[in-house]
Amino acid sequence: MKYMLLIIAGAADENGGAAGCGVEDWMAYDMEVKEAGIWVSGESLADLVTATTVRVGQDGRRTVTDGPFAETREVLGGFYVIDVPDLDVALDWAARCPGARDGSVVVRPVADFGG
Amino acid sequence: MGEQAAAAGTPAEVPVASVEAVFREERGRLLAALVRRFGDLDLAEEVTSDAIEAALAHWPAEGVPPKPGAWLMTTARRKAVDRLRRDQVYAARLAVLQVEAERAGPVSAAELGGDLPDERLQLFFTCAHPALAAEDRAALTLRCLAGLTTPEVARAFLVPPETMAKRITRAKKKIREARIPFRVPGADELPERLPGVLQVIYSIFTEGYAASSGPHLQRLDLAEEAIRLVRILRRLLPVEREVAGLLGLMLLVHARRDARTGPDGELVLIEEQDRGRWDGPMIEEGCGLVSVALTGGPPGPYGVQAAIAALHDEAATLATTDWPQIVALYEVLLAIAPSPVIALNRAAAVAMRDGPQAGLALLDELADEPLLRGYHPYPAARADLLHRLGRHTEAASVYREALNLAGTEPERALLRRRLDMIEQLGS
Repeated sequence: MKYMLLIIAGAADENGGAAGCGVEDWMAYDMEVKEAGIWVSGESLADLVTATTVRVGQDGRRTVTDGPFAETREVLGGFYVIDVPDLDVALDWAARCPGARDGSVVVRPVADFGG
Repeated sequence: MGEQAAAAGTPAEVPVASVEAVFREERGRLLAALVRRFGDLDLAEEVTSDAIEAALAHWPAEGVPPKPGAWLMTTARRKAVDRLRRDQVYAARLAVLQVEAERAGPVSAAELGGDLPDERLQLFFTCAHPALAAEDRAALTLRCLAGLTTPEVARAFLVPPETMAKRITRAKKKIREARIPFRVPGADELPERLPGVLQVIYSIFTEGYAASSGPHLQRLDLAEEAIRLVRILRRLLPVEREVAGLLGLMLLVHARRDARTGPDGELVLIEEQDRGRWDGPMIEEGCGLVSVALTGGPPGPYGVQAAIAALHDEAATLATTDWPQIVALYEVLLAIAPSPVIALNRAAAVAMRDGPQAGLALLDELADEPLLRGYHPYPAARADLLHRLGRHTEAASVYREALNLAGTEPERALLRRRLDMIEQLGS
């Protein structure tokens, strides 16, 4: 069963980057996930100041805006998709993620359409 | 499966009502065994009901089979096979099921013995899983383990049946789709997970004991369901001292049920209760469990609360209650499980030990606690101490504050009686 771990930075710095996460911790965690054979995919996202939002109106016109900015104070900093037997195992991996200590990790099952 | 059922051999001796009573007791056991087998709560619930319906149809006429547990299990498995044959999509989705193989497979020794293996513990942990909404955990536990129907659970929580049905459906959907496992946590996880299970049972008990709203103060049936649940849990986890502590606490509180309401359903506080109406044997059992809970390791919050309840129950009068010991136990409790409600109770105990002025000083320290805002026992306790200090005008105004916050009619009636009394003193 696949779960996405959405890594939400608790405190963003002035560039909207996750504050307070040690690089070594992340590297160690990344290695653990891969060595456990559960890694499906995962990326770390660039700072929020680089983000751009696109909307398409009913008339088909495209609106492009800078941002969004960290009004919510909770910024998606990256994600992992892992393949593990059940939610308890997914929660254990989420708890070990450095992002859970600086912010929070949201665990969401990946929808299975029977494909 | 029930000795009662097995003992009642001939059809004439098996009235339908008693068959249903046996099922109520054993339904959770059958459900847990089927969940274990199928890994799917919906299917297990459906075929549990089917099997029980079949038993209700057959047993009164044909007699209870020699091995009722095995009979129900076999019937339920056959129903599951039928169900999955009819619905190939469902069957495909439940790829983990091996129902056909199960049917062909040998029957386990436990089932041949006529008794289902008791696999309810994993169901306790699934129903109380922290990934489920707190309000859904108690509902699911009552339904799956106490064997209550959805309308019964709805009645217990004073919500419309449709609302409860939606909540239970939502919780089961999460269990299925997020794949919350049916498993007993390992020994290393137990300290983290067991308090959640105990909390769910205790919340059922407190809802029954002091219904948070509505015309009646106590819904004893709900309190008794909670006691039944924790008894099951105690059999499954005999070495866990906090399980003993929780059972002890609930028995020691429940022992006072008859004295707690007056003839017209009004609330009677412990200081005015007729202690002769307390349930002696239940107190005795509760006190025995306190010893178990507090022996052999550091005390847990339920064990300490049970010890406090025991001191109340063992005192012949309010005046001879061991207040110094109760204050000391509240201090232990504050150290292991700090909460403003515990601090409030400690202040009330200090007032009994050292006088109302000392208690009031402690209560005033809690004035800014957000958790006590809107909690009517806080102004009620303050008003009581102000009254005892002769500050009647202030007491009356604080009683009015409590009156605005109290949820049940008997609680409001008690506060109104106190208020009337004080106003008469003042005039």
